[in-house]
Amino acid sequence: MLGRTCAEDVFDVAVIGGGVVGCAVMRRFALAGAKAVLIEAAPDILAGASKANSAILHTGFDAPPGSLEWQLMQAGYREYLDIHAAYNLPLLQTGALVCAWNEDEAARLEGIVAQARLNNVADVRPLGAGVARALVPGLSPRLVDAVEVPGEYVIDPWSAPLAYLNQAVALGAKLLFNAELLAGQFDGTWQLQTKAGAVRAAAVVNTAGLYGDVVDARLGFTPEFTIKPRKGQFVVFDKATARHVPCIILPVPSETTKGIVLCPTAFGNVLVGPTAEEQEDRTRATVEAETLTALIRRAAEIVPALAEMPVTAVYAGLRPATETKAYRVASRPEQRAITLGGVRSTGLTAALGLAGHALSLHAQFGTALPAAPPVVPPVRLPNLAESRPRDWQQQGCGEIVCHCEMVTRREIEAALASAVPPGDFGGLKRRTRAGLGRCQGFYCNARLAAMTQGRLRTPLAVPAEGG
Amino acid sequence: MGDAADVIVVGSGPAGVAAAVELRRNGVERVVLLEREADLGGATRHCSHSPFGMREFGRVYSGPAYARRLAAEAVRHGVTIRAGYSVVSLHEDARLTVACNGVVSELEAKRIIVATGAREASRAARLLPGDRPVGVLSTGALQSYVALHGLMPFRRPVILGSELVTFSAVLTCLRHGARPVAVVETLPYALARAPASWFPGLLGIPFFRGAELLDIQGRARVENIRISHGGNLRDIACDGVLVTGRFLPEASLFLNSGMGLAQGAQAPAIDQDGRCANPLYFACGNVLRAVETGGWAFREGRAIGAAVARDLAHPVAVQRVAVEFAPPIKLVVPGYVRAGDATTGALGEFQLRFTARVRGELSLELDGVPVWARRREFLPERRVLVPMPAGLQAAQRISFCFREG
Ligand SMILES: Cc1cc2nc3c(=O)[nH]c(=O)nc-3n(C[C@H](O)[C@H](O)[C@H](O)COP(=O)(O)OP(=O)(O)OC[C@H]3O[C@@H](n4cnc5c(N)ncnc54)[C@H](O)[C@@H]3O)c2cc1C
Ligand SMILES: Cc1cc2nc3c(=O)[nH]c(=O)nc-3n(C[C@H](O)[C@H](O)[C@H](O)COP(=O)(O)OP(=O)(O)OC[C@H]3O[C@@H](n4cnc5c(N)ncnc54)[C@H](O)[C@@H]3O)c2cc1C
Repeated sequence: MLGRTCAEDVFDVAVIGGGVVGCAVMRRFALAGAKAVLIEAAPDILAGASKANSAILHTGFDAPPGSLEWQLMQAGYREYLDIHAAYNLPLLQTGALVCAWNEDEAARLEGIVAQARLNNVADVRPLGAGVARALVPGLSPRLVDAVEVPGEYVIDPWSAPLAYLNQAVALGAKLLFNAELLAGQFDGTWQLQTKAGAVRAAAVVNTAGLYGDVVDARLGFTPEFTIKPRKGQFVVFDKATARHVPCIILPVPSETTKGIVLCPTAFGNVLVGPTAEEQEDRTRATVEAETLTALIRRAAEIVPALAEMPVTAVYAGLRPATETKAYRVASRPEQRAITLGGVRSTGLTAALGLAGHALSLHAQFGTALPAAPPVVPPVRLPNLAESRPRDWQQQGCGEIVCHCEMVTRREIEAALASAVPPGDFGGLKRRTRAGLGRCQGFYCNARLAAMTQGRLRTPLAVPAEGG
Repeated sequence: MGDAADVIVVGSGPAGVAAAVELRRNGVERVVLLEREADLGGATRHCSHSPFGMREFGRVYSGPAYARRLAAEAVRHGVTIRAGYSVVSLHEDARLTVACNGVVSELEAKRIIVATGAREASRAARLLPGDRPVGVLSTGALQSYVALHGLMPFRRPVILGSELVTFSAVLTCLRHGARPVAVVETLPYALARAPASWFPGLLGIPFFRGAELLDIQGRARVENIRISHGGNLRDIACDGVLVTGRFLPEASLFLNSGMGLAQGAQAPAIDQDGRCANPLYFACGNVLRAVETGGWAFREGRAIGAAVARDLAHPVAVQRVAVEFAPPIKLVVPGYVRAGDATTGALGEFQLRFTARVRGELSLELDGVPVWARRREFLPERRVLVPMPAGLQAAQRISFCFREG
């Protein structure tokens, strides 16, 4: 077998794309002993779909029964519950209410409960509008009926993949940024051309999200699917809203989408979204004023107190949808290639499950990985969740740089000096929350520009004229 | 912390410092000034351009020099200064939760004055469309780049807005090697008066009024914006978008502490002494109505500081009447009138703002009887002052009315 014969410069696995799925795959393979390399086109991880989602850890209660998606969501869900404490990742056990706003929707709740049972989510139960409104007094009196899903949780969507990748790095994995994969040939090993140079690897895992089909083609395969990006826009309300929305408020889903959700965030805000808008473009996740206004209106229909609440942030993400609903997972043992594609709208939940699945597919390639590492170095992420102590509450933290999100200078410096430092300003925000609060940088943007000089691919401050 | 202060002032801009100093001048012993930044002065620290201080100190200062003068005044008058202290929450009983260098503690006082200023509405809060690249920021941030760090965030920005601060931003750009490529205002007219609004024209910078921003484009940094103007789509290449004006009170302490904000103003409602709904709390400066000049904030702070000193010496049983108004009137400060006793308050005038450009008659009615009226045009973001009439504190109903035409 080829495997490790060609010395140090052949990786056991090259993971193409550092979204949440790629980061989880890196961790899983590194834990299994593989020498892994991440090939990422952007200056930082989470440049694609994984940058902008609802941050819900789903039970899979409404997934297609028996599907791979359902199976991997539940595997991912379980593993997250197992590992989050060790990585210092938050878990907000909010639960969810599926709310019916008219008789039509109410009639479909029974089916939802039945499907949840079929999906092994046994604690889903009908509540009735009265009990639901007692639990969430802010809900509009127009509520007709509701079902409770106690196991739907909220997590930090950025720290989780960062933790996975940090674990891989602590085990010796390599990261290549600004390294778009351009082409690959398999001649017993993979020869991969990237914008950051050539890479050789025994196996590849394509986790390129919105470019899953493109990367398959660049690896010389005939893609089995076409990505059809589906945009979701969000509005994030001020933290003062949090008391009105203590749990996830889901609509009765339709055939095509999970619908507009009201959801607490790990950081103490409330978000409303996402929309579901098909588009051709794979790069632009724009926001539109009318859509955002409609989202705010919708939020206020569900919880009337939100009508008066200030908006903190707006954003949009692109789901890597395809022609069908299902995950597009392919394994090509002859070429030792795995594609984890079309992970449309449940990838944050399923990432750890997908990673385990990829490892089991790899086991069928017949190329044994080196022995698993005897010791797994512990990795702990700084906590950014409002529900648990933050750095500003720790003695000696020094000054606060971002007042809205209470981010200390020490936290920012630690992120810049960390094993996986931010490659761009978005990456710094996701790692520290600096600039993500209600003033959106009115107070701290200049300070952040000064602190990050020479550190980010796109600097906040432009070079001096003529300099 | 056991040893309670007499008064804690939150925020060390012109309003907070003036209030603290005035309290000391009125013999109040323990006056503590809390400021979350390392230096005092608030927004004036980075207003490097404009004349500050003429009326209060009898000479002209740049913003940063004025900020230093404020700090010196606070020291000279024996105010206890606590910089690097962030107030995290307000409690009903005049206790504050405060954080400093990782130590979270509670401070209490007989009265609290909140003077936390104002900020510009962010790009997100305005629901502006498009990508979200680097290079979109507010004037406050631009001024901080220049004045506090010697940096520039862009070279060829498009500037959104048409308030005074907008034209001051144009100047800041020009003085620091950036050349604005356009000024864009959604309204059909400039919010600032001439001559400020002539400014872009004189400098040869296109000034699009009545333009709608349709898109901000850019992958990493801003590359282009698209506007619709006079029925045409227009692309403007640029490397930044400066989002100016539309000031909002920095009133999140009130909002998050469940103390509530006044209708329209998104600010704590006060009476003519600066007293909030909870009579242990007072507020002054930009937190009341968003932006005013530094000098205005200073005078208001001084007047409300004196009122708090009076309140400590002779507490009044507070009975108040809410001032009624409706759109197009956006806000009225003070929003309450302390009723009953006839002592004059800290504020001798009502300040109103409008939501839109309107022409018509504005009147003040006491118990349904008009006591003051003016017919003219009113513009958004412009200060409208109405003197408090005799008999105000005896009125059961106080209302501002507007009739178009
Ligand atoms: C609006 C919205 C809401 C969602 N809500 C939830 C939720 O609440 N819960 C949940 O579980 N899931 C949710 N999801 C789904 C989840 O976000 C996605 O399933 C997940 O992010 C997909 O991750 P990925 O790693 O497959 O793809 P991506 O995150 O897109 O990662 C792909 C990476 O590959 C890189 N790449 C692309 N091409 C190349 C190349 N040629 N060379 C090198 N690198 C390349 C990209 O730069 C990118 O970093 C939501 C998604 C959206 C859009
Ligand atoms: C961009 C910009 C341009 C301006 N240009 C001019 C001009 O040209 N001419 C002019 O006369 N005026 C100008 N002004 C207005 C002038 O600066 C303000 O009117 C004045 O500073 C307001 O004073 P203030 O005391 O109300 O608030 P601020 O000066 O804003 O001070 C508020 C203080 O409160 C502190 N604070 C807030 N929250 C907390 C908390 N939770 N804990 C502790 N401390 C807190 C802040 O750090 C700040 O120091 C400008 C303002 C801005 C923002």
